[in-house]
Amino acid sequence: MYELHSVTHVYARRGHHVTALDQCSLEIHPGDFVAIVGPSGSGKTTLLSVLGGMLAPSSGRVLFDGRSLYDLNVEQRASLRGEKIGFVFQSFDLISWLSARENVQVPLMLAGRSSEYQCRRAIELLKRVGLADWSGHRPSEMSRGQQQRVALARTLANEPQVILADEPTGNLDTETRQLVMACLKEFHQDGRTIVMVTHDEVAAAFAGRRIRLASGVLQELSLRNAA
Amino acid sequence: MRLRTMIWKELWQQPAPMLTSLAAVTLGVTALVTIQHITVSSEEKIAGDMESLGANVLVLPPQVSLQDYYAADMHREAMPEEYVTRLDLARMAGVENLAPRLCVEAAVDSIPVTLTGILPHNEIQARSAWQGLGMLDGPVGTERGCCRARGADAGVGDAAAAPAAGRTIQKLGRRELILGADAAARLEACAGDRLQLLGEDFRVLAVLPATGTIDDSRVFAHLHTVQELSDAGPVVNVIEIMACCEDAAGSLIRSLSRELPNMRVITIAQVVEAQLAVNGLMSRLSWVFFFVLLLVGAASIAGVMYANVAERRREIGTLMALGATRGFVTRLFLGKAIVLGLTGGLVGSVIGTVAAVIVGPQLLEIAVRPVPELPAVGLAAATGVAVLASVLPARRAAGLDPCLVFSES
Ligand SMILES: Nc1ncnc2c1ncn2[C@@H]1O[C@H](COP(=O)(O)OP(=O)(O)O)[C@@H](O)[C@H]1O
Ligand SMILES: [Mg+2]
Repeated sequence: MYELHSVTHVYARRGHHVTALDQCSLEIHPGDFVAIVGPSGSGKTTLLSVLGGMLAPSSGRVLFDGRSLYDLNVEQRASLRGEKIGFVFQSFDLISWLSARENVQVPLMLAGRSSEYQCRRAIELLKRVGLADWSGHRPSEMSRGQQQRVALARTLANEPQVILADEPTGNLDTETRQLVMACLKEFHQDGRTIVMVTHDEVAAAFAGRRIRLASGVLQELSLRNAA
Repeated sequence: MRLRTMIWKELWQQPAPMLTSLAAVTLGVTALVTIQHITVSSEEKIAGDMESLGANVLVLPPQVSLQDYYAADMHREAMPEEYVTRLDLARMAGVENLAPRLCVEAAVDSIPVTLTGILPHNEIQARSAWQGLGMLDGPVGTERGCCRARGADAGVGDAAAAPAAGRTIQKLGRRELILGADAAARLEACAGDRLQLLGEDFRVLAVLPATGTIDDSRVFAHLHTVQELSDAGPVVNVIEIMACCEDAAGSLIRSLSRELPNMRVITIAQVVEAQLAVNGLMSRLSWVFFFVLLLVGAASIAGVMYANVAERRREIGTLMALGATRGFVTRLFLGKAIVLGLTGGLVGSVIGTVAAVIVGPQLLEIAVRPVPELPAVGLAAATGVAVLASVLPARRAAGLDPCLVFSES
C-alpha cells in the first residue's frame, strides 16, 4: 500500500528549521492496522500529512500502490485522496452549512457521482452509523458523538482503501471513544488499511502494528495480528 | 448535490454581509440604468421633436429662460395677444401657422389641471379676413409660397389630431374643452361629457390620443375663454410659430426680431441644443457614478470575500482533504461571486428601469420606454466586477494548505 524511503521533512519558518521527520522508512501493507504513537511534537501529524498526499516531504520517496505519490501534481493528488484515502479528524470537521446527509455526499460529489447515487449512498451510510433519522439535521443540531458518526460515514463514502486518522479519540467521552474505535475496527475488518495516530493506549491496543515516533525518528514497536 | 447547491447553501448560511457588500454595485447599476433610460428616451423624444417641429420658432416674453420646448407656456410672464395679429399681418415668408397659448391653473372637482388657452385655426384666419388683409381660403401661410401646410392639414375639421401633432385646432367653441389623454383619464371624462371649470359649464369636444408629450396632461379651451375666466386680460404666454421649411427659419428669426424687438425669439433647434447638452452631461455623469460605485462595490466585495475565505479556512481544508481540487475551491468562490453579481445587477436593473419608467413621465415629462440593452450592460458589469473582485480571494482559498485540517481547531 505505502512505501516510504528515507522520508525527511524539515519545516522552515522565519529562519527556524524543525526536522519533523528524519530519514523515515516504512512499509504499510494492504489490510494493516497501524497505530502511530509518540510524544507531542514528534512528527506524527506530519507523517500522516505526507501519507495523505497533502505535504510533499523535503526529501525521500513516498510510493502509494507502487506509484510515486509526489510525482503527481496537486490536482491529481486531490483526486486520488478523494477516491482512495479517507480521513478521520480529531474535531470531525463537518461542513457547518450542510446537513448530515449532504456532508456525507461531499466526497461523492467531489468524485463526480450523480445526485441520485449521492443521496442513496449517503442515506445508506447514515443508516449504518445509526443516524438514519438525522439526515436533514445540521451538525450544530447534533451531539459530538453524532457528529463523529456522521464524519465516519463521510469517511466511508467513496469506499477508501486507506483510512488515516489523527487522534480520532482525543477530546471524546468514553462512550463515543468506544464507538469510534468500534467503527475503525469494523472498517479494518472490511479489509481496509488503517493508519491511526493516537495518544490513547486503549485505542492503540486495537492496532496490529505500533510505530513509535520520537523527534521525527521512526521505530517499529511490535508486529502482531490485529485484535 | 452539485457545486451550485453548495454555493447556494453557503451563501444562505450568512447572506447579510454578502448582500450588504452588494449595495454599492446595485446602486451603481440603478443609477446607470435609470439615468441612461431617461437620456435615451429624452434623446428619442428630441429627435422626434426635431423631425416634426425642427423649423418651429417660439416667441416668448424676454424674462423667460427656456429648458423644455413643451413647457414653453409654463411660466407666469405674459405678452399682449395683439402680437399674434401683428405677426399674422406682417405676412412673413415661411410662417405656416401661429399658435398662441396661455396657461392657468384650475381644478375640476378639486382635481388640479392646467388649463391651456389656444386659438383655433379658423379664428386667426377669420381675423386676418376681418382686417381685410387675409387670404380667405386655405390655412395661414400656404399662400406664401411655402412648401407644405403641415399642421393645418392635419387639423382640418378634426380636433383629435390637433395640439400635439400639428398644434393647431380648427374650431373650438367658447364653452368647449379638448382633453389630453392623461387629463381625460384623470378626470374620467370622455367626449360629450360636461365639466365644471373656473365656475363655468363646459362640454368636452374631444379627447386627444396619447402623444407622450406634456399636452397629454393638459385641458385645452379657447384662448379668449381662458383670458376671460382667469382675468388675465388679452395676453398670451407664448406664440409658437410653425415655420414650414428649415431654411426659412434662419431669415424668419431676423424678421421676427425686427417685428417684435422686445420679445425673445428662439428656434426649436436652440432649445433642443440646450436639452441635448443637459442630456449629454447627465449621461456622462451616470457613467462616472457607475464606475465610481462599481469600484467601491468591487472593494467591498473583495473585502467580504477575503473575510469569508478566512472564516471558512478550516472548511476549505476539509473539502481539500476530502478530494476537492484547487479548481473546485476556486469555482466555489467564483460561483458565489457570479450569484452575487447577477443578484446585484438584476436588482439594480429592475429598480433602475422601474424608477425611470415612473420618474421619467412625472418629473421630466418624458415617456420612458424600457431599453433591454441597459439592464444587460448593468448585469454584465455587476457580474464582471463581482467576479474580478473575487479572483484574489478565491485564489487565496484555493492556495490554502489542506494540512491545516490536522491542526487543532
Ligand atoms: N506548519 C508548520 N510549520 C512549522 N513547524 C511545524 C509545522 N507543523 C508542525 N511543525 C513542527 O514540526 C514538529 C512536528 O509536528 P507534528 O507533526 O504536528 O507533531 P505531532 O503531531 O506529533 O504533535 C513540531 O515541532 C512542530 O512544531
Ligand atoms: Mg498532531
